[in-house]
Amino acid sequence: MADAVPHRDFDPLSTGSFRQRILSKTSVYMALTIFALGYLVPLVIILINTLRPLDEIVRSGFIAWPHDVSLQYWGEAWSTFCIGGTCEGVSRFFKNSLMMAVPATILSTAIGLVNGYVLSKWRFRGSDALFGIITLGVFMPAQMTLLPWAFVLGKLGLSNTISGLVLVHTVQGLSFTTLFCRNYFVNIPDDLIKAARIDGAGFWRIFRRIILPLSPPIIIVAVIWQFTGIWNEFLFGTVFTSGANQPITSAIVAFSGSGTGERHYNVEAAAVIMAAIPPLFIYLVGGKYFVRGLTQGAVK
Amino acid sequence: MSSLLIKDLRKSYGSVEVLKNINLEAESGEFVALVGPSGCGKSTLLSIIAGLESVTSGEIRIDDILVNDRAPKDRDIAMVFQSYALYPTMSVRENMTFGMESRHVPKAQQQEAIDRVSALLQIEPLLDRKPSQLSGGQRQRVAMGRALVRDPKLFLFDEPLSNLDAKLRIEMRTEIKKLHQNVGKTTVYVTHDQIEAMTLASRIAVMHKGVLQQYDTPKMIYERPVNRFVASFMGSPTMNFLDARVARSESGVGLVLAAGDGSVLPLPSGTFSNLAPDRNIVLGVRPEHFSPAHEQRAERKGGQSVIMRAKVDMVEPTGSQTILMVTIGGSDAVIACEPDHAPSQGDTVSFAVDMTKACLFDPATEQRL
Repeated sequence: MADAVPHRDFDPLSTGSFRQRILSKTSVYMALTIFALGYLVPLVIILINTLRPLDEIVRSGFIAWPHDVSLQYWGEAWSTFCIGGTCEGVSRFFKNSLMMAVPATILSTAIGLVNGYVLSKWRFRGSDALFGIITLGVFMPAQMTLLPWAFVLGKLGLSNTISGLVLVHTVQGLSFTTLFCRNYFVNIPDDLIKAARIDGAGFWRIFRRIILPLSPPIIIVAVIWQFTGIWNEFLFGTVFTSGANQPITSAIVAFSGSGTGERHYNVEAAAVIMAAIPPLFIYLVGGKYFVRGLTQGAVK
Repeated sequence: MSSLLIKDLRKSYGSVEVLKNINLEAESGEFVALVGPSGCGKSTLLSIIAGLESVTSGEIRIDDILVNDRAPKDRDIAMVFQSYALYPTMSVRENMTFGMESRHVPKAQQQEAIDRVSALLQIEPLLDRKPSQLSGGQRQRVAMGRALVRDPKLFLFDEPLSNLDAKLRIEMRTEIKKLHQNVGKTTVYVTHDQIEAMTLASRIAVMHKGVLQQYDTPKMIYERPVNRFVASFMGSPTMNFLDARVARSESGVGLVLAAGDGSVLPLPSGTFSNLAPDRNIVLGVRPEHFSPAHEQRAERKGGQSVIMRAKVDMVEPTGSQTILMVTIGGSDAVIACEPDHAPSQGDTVSFAVDMTKACLFDPATEQRL
């Protein structure tokens, strides 16, 4: 691993005359603030509306300062709100999403690690071609795979099950995790593998004792990438599951219209935020490593 | 204690043959240096001995046992890599025990080996450090320690000193030699540095373009190189090659330099008597075999010398000796002389050339005559 050498980043804005520096800093910060507001204002509006009573929203519109603040809509959204015929709130679908995203993330990352290890350190005739084919999956639009998957899931008896979605996401995710891991492992010197082979270690022992301990940066990248991708994925969930078996992203589509009667904007807003929390949480915890893992190549 | 035998070894990558019919044998306890320029096949040969590369044809025997198709771990060898290849996430101790663990050596015996080797290499204070916390020389020691704990039949070194700075390289060179004298293991040592090969090896294998040029003791390689390539590769500054023609007179055989003044330089009597007159030839003289004409150094040792006039074009003092870039007749040459007696740039000086030490090469085949 590269040693952490304390250094100061080059700061092009702190050169030039005093006036120039003030001017350039101000313009940069202004521009960044405008963009940040552009991203964050919708989030803030939704958050505020989760706390406002429905009649207040109807009366004074969606964009207004709250008067009567209450957390009860969060509770309703979680456990009692009626979505698509069931009145258990989003908790059920939240659990569905967890049951789908966690195993699929673990499986696709684990298989990607082994694939990357083989394709970088145990090359064989045609391994580069195989890698090319696996990476093709990165560029293949998900819509193209819908029909084949429907066929496979039907044959396996996994239609409308969470297990079916786990299978789909594991396989679909392999392209990414294999690409990440292989490109990361390529930078691990081959001499380490040779030394370990002379030391009497076999395929799995080298993987476990030498490759895996060097892998945390790329594991974090793969886990964040896979988890957010699978959690936020919507197409497969909507097409292959229905009713009580849907993941949360598909379930909350029910809000988008078609419903009759009154719209519970506050409860729906709370449900939407709940659906967004896990990826946000993962990114907040691991984001630092994510950027580092994506940009850091060399393992020394 | 164990021997190594390589017989008719060939290695091809597709249609490219990188090793051509290598024959080499090392007796038990011998230190063999494989030396040659980059791309000569020496590292490939070492990888094949280690079992990290397959053999196209031929035999490799360790202790008379054919190991062509044995996995590296079953050959009972240990290897030190140019990059050291220390496992970065393990401590020095774990690096050294990894191989023994893989072979299920009992813990007590592992500890014993660690104690023995770390005392030998003086790395006890480093045992709990990670490789990234070590200096270059320390990593080098640990890499050797990892090889030593296993007590293998064969030690393989792949340019182990080329990542060290010049001073440390010489220190470690001495240590490796000392270590080999202590341990007495059969060792194959790959290097592109001819001085390392000369100082360490009991026998040197000079390789070029996949062909083993010469396999002999350092003294023989230096004094009696089989061809022009070996002569020019071994020795620094490199040997001078002067075009010449054979001249016969009643006093014996002599040479006339192609770019000289036409005077006949007699060859030591009794040698090269079968050379045809007027035959073209290349005279090879090492820089240190030129000496000031009046000293008659060769004659005092019972040899025979001839006088050559050289014009000094440039002077390079190195401290211990001064290198002169000169023109002899019309061709360039390099002379090493004592700093105290070095001529100045632009001088024309007479040098005695020790003809007993000179080599003659065939200009077409480049073989030594």
